[in-house]
Amino acid sequence: MTVPALVEQFQYGLDAPICLTWELTYACNLSCVHCLSSSGRRDPRELSTAECRAVIDELERMQVFYVNIGGGEPTVRPDFWELVDYATAHHVGVKFSTNGVKITPARARQLAASDYVDVQISLDGATAEVNDAVRGAGSYATALRAMENLAAAGFRGFKLSVVITRQNAGQLDAFKAIADRFGAQLRLTRLRPSGRGADVWDELHPTAAQQRQLYDWLVKHGEDVLTGDSFFHLAAYGEPLPGLNLCGAGRVVCLIDPVGDVYACPFAIHDSFLAGSVRDPGGFATVWRESELFTDLRRPQTGGACQSCSAYDSCRGGCMAAKFFTGLPLDGPDPECVKGHGVLALAAVADAPAPRPSGDHSHRTRPVPVTISRRPPDSACNESPLAGFSPGG
Amino acid sequence: MSERTATADITEAPAEEAELTDAELLVEEVSIDGMCGVY
Amino acid sequence: MSTDSQLTTESLTPGARAGFEPFDLDRPWRLHPQVSVRPERFGALLYHFGTRRLSFLKSPALLTVVNSLGDAPSARAACLSAGVTEAELPSYATALGTLAASQMIRPREAS
Repeated sequence: MTVPALVEQFQYGLDAPICLTWELTYACNLSCVHCLSSSGRRDPRELSTAECRAVIDELERMQVFYVNIGGGEPTVRPDFWELVDYATAHHVGVKFSTNGVKITPARARQLAASDYVDVQISLDGATAEVNDAVRGAGSYATALRAMENLAAAGFRGFKLSVVITRQNAGQLDAFKAIADRFGAQLRLTRLRPSGRGADVWDELHPTAAQQRQLYDWLVKHGEDVLTGDSFFHLAAYGEPLPGLNLCGAGRVVCLIDPVGDVYACPFAIHDSFLAGSVRDPGGFATVWRESELFTDLRRPQTGGACQSCSAYDSCRGGCMAAKFFTGLPLDGPDPECVKGHGVLALAAVADAPAPRPSGDHSHRTRPVPVTISRRPPDSACNESPLAGFSPGG
Repeated sequence: MSERTATADITEAPAEEAELTDAELLVEEVSIDGMCGVY
Repeated sequence: MSTDSQLTTESLTPGARAGFEPFDLDRPWRLHPQVSVRPERFGALLYHFGTRRLSFLKSPALLTVVNSLGDAPSARAACLSAGVTEAELPSYATALGTLAASQMIRPREAS
């Protein structure tokens, strides 16, 4: 009796996502340079509280096991806590991603008392210097305070979620130490060139050497460290990391955005990946089950240019969003292909402009990231730009 | 008296179990976090 | 989220057949009360709200077995009435053993 692998089983689609991401608002108190949803300012068309409850009712009917609520910063919505309670009362588990701004000691105690809510704190540097360069001044302190409050409230196993960048790739052990210190579980995830990430991807995405080191570190730590299956493209190095090791977009997961639009994936907020809206007649369930986009994504993928590569069965051609927003064809290699095919492919499209993310809810004025450095004056008194300059070396 | 579930005990596996290949496994497990496209 | 201190990641490693006792087909079993069962075309999805583990049952017959465990005098009886043949029983025992190891099913008090 041979049972097909899950990858083959999913080609027929699922009647409901297994889990999904729901961005509750585009509003955010921060302006992280790499924000996948280009968040900052609330959109005037965001779903009302009643509309959100209706979505939760649908998720319950479809037996979606859990929803990852994010944004923007979801806790800045006044009805956030009410919606979390509503979801858990209706058998939909909730994990929410937050920068920690509203996780007071009192809130932490409430959260620790709930069995069906999980919390994920975002942090992108093991030191304030590295973190705040990406997430803004004071964000490191905010995150640490939230973690202290959760730990003090007895909340074991909340998540510390990190986006791996060139700047923090050397801090993996330090991140693990922070997670251990607060009784949290570490989660390392992949930077995608999505949202504002498109603007900083070239300078922030890890180098090939860092990717290899990350892979080795993840293999060593096994299931102790989560990845959200975001590094399945690294399976081409050898032993796959824990997870389904396939692109879940439109197949097992999707995104509901703050205005009710349904996208294949939170890293693919673009008209090309827009399946419909929860406000359409038939609601979310009809979009999931019948949209043209999702039906298309559920057809067996042939692999295109990657078909003949020995690693294809492991990496499945990598991340659709990473390819799309770097201007690469979807039936070719991932920009960070571990075999180096992505680098060649990028060179071939270097002159063509890559697609831009749809919509931009960024704050109109944003703090300048602290990594922009000034060359210090040669002496305390001499501010002349020519100080220290000697022509001809 | 209720028995403990057969979980954490480290015992030898019976020889016949080693003959089943991955293709015949009827159950596959993954962490709910093991799904790409959720952040 | 509060977690059961008995659970370790080691006991949940897929395919770690050496990590648990052979599954006893001849005792009564039941689904864990924190498990949600969702039928699918290929079989079913099981999600444990306590451990946050997801199990894919890759056979509709296995779903029938799991759903009937609570009412059957033994796991063996549940398998046979779901149409599982003697030749197939070892695969089903392994499958049920995996589910037991990850707390998806647990022994039931004989009533």
